[in-house]
Order: sequence, then structure tokens, then C-alpha cells
Amino acid sequence: GPGGGAPLENANPLIYRRSGERPVTAREEDDELPDSIDDREIFDILPGGEGRAGPGRDEGGWPGAGATGVGQLRSAFLNPAHLIRSINDPEHPLTLEELNVVEQVRVKVNDAESTVSVEFTPTIPHCSMATLIGLSIKVKLIRSLPERFKLDVHITPGTHASEHAVNKQLADKERVAAALENSHLLEVVNQCLSARS
Amino acid sequence: GLGQGVGLTPPCRSHPAPPGQGWACRAVLGEGHQRTVRRVAWSPCGSYLASASFDATTCIWKRQEDGFECVTTLEGHENEVKSVAWAPSGNLLATCSRDKSVWVWEVDEEEEYECVSVLNSHTQDVKHVVWHPTQELLASASYDDTVKLYQEEEDDWVCCATLEGHESTVWSVAFDCSGEHLASCSDDRTVRIWRCYRPGNQEGVSCSGTDPTWKCICNLSGYHTRTIYDVSWCHLTGALATACGDDAIRVFEESPSSAPQQPSFSLAAHDSPGWVGTLHCSASVLRTSVEAEPSLKKRPRVSFSRHMSLMARAVLPVSFLE
Repeated sequence: GPGGGAPLENANPLIYRRSGERPVTAREEDDELPDSIDDREIFDILPGGEGRAGPGRDEGGWPGAGATGVGQLRSAFLNPAHLIRSINDPEHPLTLEELNVVEQVRVKVNDAESTVSVEFTPTIPHCSMATLIGLSIKVKLIRSLPERFKLDVHITPGTHASEHAVNKQLADKERVAAALENSHLLEVVNQCLSARS
Repeated sequence: GLGQGVGLTPPCRSHPAPPGQGWACRAVLGEGHQRTVRRVAWSPCGSYLASASFDATTCIWKRQEDGFECVTTLEGHENEVKSVAWAPSGNLLATCSRDKSVWVWEVDEEEEYECVSVLNSHTQDVKHVVWHPTQELLASASYDDTVKLYQEEEDDWVCCATLEGHESTVWSVAFDCSGEHLASCSDDRTVRIWRCYRPGNQEGVSCSGTDPTWKCICNLSGYHTRTIYDVSWCHLTGALATACGDDAIRVFEESPSSAPQQPSFSLAAHDSPGWVGTLHCSASVLRTSVEAEPSLKKRPRVSFSRHMSLMARAVLPVSFLE
């Protein structure tokens, strides 16, 4: 990771168990009915190597899905690369889910209003990786979700010394866009988002 | 290449232009910048175009017979330049950057540009700079939640006022046609109107020395549901238009019963599908309740097509036709 040989900030993080695979409901199996986007879907979207294998879907064939990509999201859910729970921590060989940095209960989705909110909890209050983790979550969502979604990624209140400053940067789309034009930073983000082999 | 602001609808698939009419791309200035071009601005005389870029430079392009030529590149900012603006006189240019500074440049008859001031008043990223319509007074909007005003005093540019009140990043500012009022818009989802009180004003607002005092006289809150990125004040009609991250454009007009010290604005147009609402304009003391219906009897001066509203994901710059 980007730390190189420097000592880790949090050398002994608590590791949490991963939640199991999401059970598929009969409604979800029915191709004729559009799937709404809910919080488990977003949680599953944070990147990594999990997810159900399955054939790709033809988004154009979804009745009622419209141009705004309910079908796109369905395809993302099936795509093993798009699960936020499996974003890699920048410092440890562990996922954000395993470190409890992201939890499904802290993901709020309102499909009808096209909003997604993700609260993430840095492992320690002075974690200098908080901005990078938040940025990785944001980038994963931007890349995975239909354009209509407004994204809010912020730190779980009370869990970080600089949460206001970090939240403000993550909320500033101009700052995020400019940062992602930096090839070094983009490379680090992409590493966090890549599937572990 | 150069970005294009929202203004007039160019010919497109659903609105094809009759042959011989419409807009054509005359030039692509692709070699000037190495990163995103954030802002463009025509000089008052129309012969020059300034472009501000994330590559930390500002290019000045001169109109030629067959296109545009880059006549100079203004360097000095440490990182992304976010805005560039020409003073009405045409002799001054201002730029601002994430490096927290505002630069004032002078241009002479030989097209030589010289930086005459580096203003380090803001404590964070500066998003936008705008000149007063008639005076050499400069306003800047910043990530530090303030608006600052600058003018030349004894051959030096100084910050002569700081407008505090917004609770988050100020993205843009606009002067009214007289320059006596300024509107600011913010990530805090409000638009604030500020008024200039000069020394000896009859309202009894105290001023320090010969400097005017700027006071917030109106706070438009509760209308916008996300960050407001831009505000534009029509110099002909006095209408205020806003560009918002909730995908809507809103136009505000001052109420007929509006008092100068506590103006009230009502929402005259809001182009977003399915809008129904009761609106409350909050001024410092006065509270005005406006009942709004989707079909407005008074048609707005600027007409927005539903097509344009659906196309807009989030509206960034907005400007009135002069």
C-alpha cells in the first residue's frame, strides 16, 4: 500500500465477520419487474471480489427501467467487481467491511429521490487515511450507479477528529474531480477498488 | 477544449436548425491547457478570451481573422485556477485559485500583462471572482465560507470587506446592476443578498472610516435542496437565477411590497418536473408567505424548456442574456 515501509497507524485493527450472500427473492428473479435500489445493493456495490456470478443483463430489455438505469444497477449488483463492502483498506490486507469501516446499516438509499448516503467509520479517530477511504467509496459509487444518483459520503459522526474537514472535501465535487485528475492519487484509489486475488 | 456554459440552446437532434441558421463551432482551442478548463470570459471589448484551467495557468486568446491565437499565458498560481474575470474598464483581470489567493493583473496597450497584486486574504480555496459593474471593486467567493471585497487604496490592492454569514462554501457571487447589492450562493443551500451602506447613510449603519459596510439584508433559505453552484442577477429586470445540485433552475423576483432594508423575494419560476409547494421567503425581520402553483399566471421572462431541465444533471453556470 501507500504506506510503504512506515509503521501502520492502526497495527491491530478489529476484524469483523463478513455478512453472507444476499438471498434472492422471487420478485428479483422476475425479469419483468424492475428492481428498486436499496441499501443492501449499495453495500454490495462497494468494490471487491464478492457477489453472485451470473450472466450479464441487457439493460435495454428492462420494462419500466427507463433511461436512468435500474437495469444498469442490476448489472452492477451481479458484477463481482462492484461491491463497496470489499473495498480494500489502504494500509491493511483487509476489506472495509472486515474492519467495520462500512456497515450495511449505515447505507441509506432512496431510489425514488435518487439519493444514496454512506456513513463510514475510520478505525481510529486520527486516521490519516480517512479522506482516501471516503474518496474510494465515492469513486466506487460514481462509477457504479446511474448518473441520476446524488451521493453523500461522510464520516460517522463522532468518530474522527477532522470529520468536518474531511466531509467538506468529499462533498465538494470540484475538489473531488480535480483530485482525481492527479494520476498518483487515482492510482491509489484504483488499488483500493481493485479485487484482491 | 473550452467548456460551454448554459445559455442558449444550440441546434441538436430534437431542435434541428434550418439550413443557414443556428450555431456552428468556429474554433477548438485544444492546445492551450493541460488539464480541465474551468472558466472562460470574454473581455469587455470582445477581442480577447481568457481561459482559466486546473493546470494553474490562465490563457489569453486574441481573436484573429481565422480563429484565435494565444497571446499570453498568465502563470503564478500554485494549483487549479478556478475563475477569471475582466473588469468593465478592460484594463484589469482577476484570477483565483485553490491556492487560496486572488491575483489582480493589469494589461496595457501593448497587450502586456503584469501581476499588480497577490491577495492572500482567504484561508481556503477561492471559487469565483467577479467585478463590480462600474467600479474597480472585486468580489471573491471561497471554500472558507466568506465573500471578500477588494479595491485599490494608495496604489495597493487590499481586502476592504469580509462578508460572513454563510455556513459553508460560497460558490458564486453576483452584483445587481447598480452594484449596491451583491448576491451570494452557497453549499449551505441559501442565497444571501448583501447591501452596501456608505459612510453617513441615513439608515444609521456604522462605517469604519471612509469604507462602506456590507450587511446581509435577505436570506433565501428553504428553496434549494442541495448545493447552489451559481447565481446570476439580471441587470435589466432585477431577477435572480440560481443553478442548483438538485437539477433545478430557479428564478426569484423581488416582491412589489419589498422594503429596501428588508427586501422579500418570491420564486417566479422553478423548472423541475412535478414541483408543487408553499414557499416562505425569510428576510431579517419580515416573513412573507407565497403560495405557488405549478402553472404560474405570470410567465417568467426567461423561458426554460422542459427538455433542458431533464437534460441537466446538475446545473453549473447560468447567465442572463444582456
